[in-house]
Amino acid sequence: MKNFKEIFDQHDWDLDKASIYAKSEKQVEIALHKSERNLEDFKALISPAAEKYLEQMAVLSHQITQKRFGKTIQLFAPMYLSNECQNICTYCGFSLDNKIRRRTLSTGEILTEIEAIKKLGFEHVLLVTGEANKTVGVDYFQKVLSIVKDHFAQVSIEVQPLDQDEYESLIPLGLNAVLVYQETYHKGAYKKHHPKGKKSNFDYRLDTPDRLGRAGIHKIGLGALIGLEDWRTDSFYTALHLKYLEKTYWKTNYAISFPRLRPHAGGIPVVDMSDRQLVQLICAYRLFNEEVELSISTRESEKFRDNVIKLGITSISAGSKTNPGGYAVEPESLEQFEISDERSPQEMVAVIKKQGYDPMWKNWDGVLSL
Amino acid sequence: MFTGTGKFSSAEVMEKALLNSGSELVTVALKRVDVKNQQDDILTHLKHEQFNLLPNTSGVRNAKEAVFAAQLAREALETNWLKLEIHPDPKYLLPDPIETLKAAEELVKLGFVVLPYIHADPVLCKRLEDVGTAAVMPLGAPIGTNKGLKTFDFLEIIIEQSNVPVVVDAGLGAPSHAAHALEMGADAVLVNTAIAVSNDPVAMAGAFKQAVEAGRTAFEAKLGQIKQHANASSPLTAFLD
Repeated sequence: MKNFKEIFDQHDWDLDKASIYAKSEKQVEIALHKSERNLEDFKALISPAAEKYLEQMAVLSHQITQKRFGKTIQLFAPMYLSNECQNICTYCGFSLDNKIRRRTLSTGEILTEIEAIKKLGFEHVLLVTGEANKTVGVDYFQKVLSIVKDHFAQVSIEVQPLDQDEYESLIPLGLNAVLVYQETYHKGAYKKHHPKGKKSNFDYRLDTPDRLGRAGIHKIGLGALIGLEDWRTDSFYTALHLKYLEKTYWKTNYAISFPRLRPHAGGIPVVDMSDRQLVQLICAYRLFNEEVELSISTRESEKFRDNVIKLGITSISAGSKTNPGGYAVEPESLEQFEISDERSPQEMVAVIKKQGYDPMWKNWDGVLSL
Repeated sequence: MFTGTGKFSSAEVMEKALLNSGSELVTVALKRVDVKNQQDDILTHLKHEQFNLLPNTSGVRNAKEAVFAAQLAREALETNWLKLEIHPDPKYLLPDPIETLKAAEELVKLGFVVLPYIHADPVLCKRLEDVGTAAVMPLGAPIGTNKGLKTFDFLEIIIEQSNVPVVVDAGLGAPSHAAHALEMGADAVLVNTAIAVSNDPVAMAGAFKQAVEAGRTAFEAKLGQIKQHANASSPLTAFLD
């Protein structure tokens, strides 16, 4: 059976990193003038040498995105179901070693949250949990999906990695997409930031998109957290992962996020990536892959979000609560991280329209998959 | 001219552009509209005498899903017309010929007026005609690419052989592409991206309308043959006279 690990193991972090930083302006210009760009071109576009070509990259990214996605921006809302977690992650408010009150929403509470989120207009919900396999395991997800799917056109999850047969059991219940970020592709750094819990197993996490692909999921979301290791090298590995997955699981859609770490219970991370560099990364992904969904969350500031709508982004969250019960049940429970853009979905809709784009609440329907 | 409803900057712009295109058949993706909602933004703006809705199954990956979605569309939108789209590959959105043929056969039996989106494959077009589709909709180029009639040679064969209307779908990026398709004898074209993503969708819709009319008129008036050389002044067979 094919898997990404075989390809990953042929790579060396330090060599890839060095080759990104060695890219020349000439190589950037070649990448800009091609119509199909490969991984070496992607390296050039995320390299320091490409920084002075940012405007040119933005113009191309804008055009390519409009051609494929039109003048539309998809909207979704995260719904946090639980902050119970057996993992220690150095950058997360839900980390086992943070002394916070833990809670997992009951069926009744979920219905209350659903009602509140629906009132805001959402048709696409992203269910989020920590990793607590005993209380928030597959049977919990099965139960929750069968409730949630009747209320939303599209349901995605961002939970602990599961086995292939577990994913297969969730897809017929209405599961459309799974987001599973590698966090960092640097093994040493991964170990350092995930010292305890099932999540400390780097290889199991790395293999998750393969298990999802084999299970036949409609969409897989990939990403690296920005603030753990060198963002350029981590993004290169994300692109490498994407390229492999697209060729192997050709019926699956893909999405990419680029979450910059935010202040959380337990710390204020140092993130070495400027707004200019994040724009560079967004455009580089778009020039590398015309079809991939690029998503931006409320982690980013109002000004930044308003302006990247035109630069390659295709989906955004709005009015997000990152705590279980945050929309209605218990607005004051502890959040996973502090959001930056606190505007309501209605305010975001106005912003999107002002930019000449159509806010798209619905881009899927449960009846399309049996 | 058939038109699509995706990629517009707002439902209002879509409405104005489609009215100006003169299109009478507009396709809507089931995944985009909320058929249960009377106030759905897209559907509300398509409530005009001029427009007949053509639901499409974009998003399904096989025949089984397509048949299910089609039945839902028929019930919700009260039309048995259907644009059958099965493109399991989300990258180039190329249609799956095997699943499309299977679904078409079943949908025809269920009483649908089936318009299948397919590759410009002449044999597949005949097979679809055999199972009773109302038309065939071969692509000019991959959807959304604006590349024009890249499949020209195969479209010629399809048009020559077909007993059902041929609608060139996908890839038409300029009014000249649409005119060309009509000139060569296509019965209609379907246009979406080129109109929706242009700087002025309303004007572009009007330009496509004119191109389609010009192309059709030229086809009916019979185009002159293209000749590489002037006629020889001393024909080779003149000695027989």
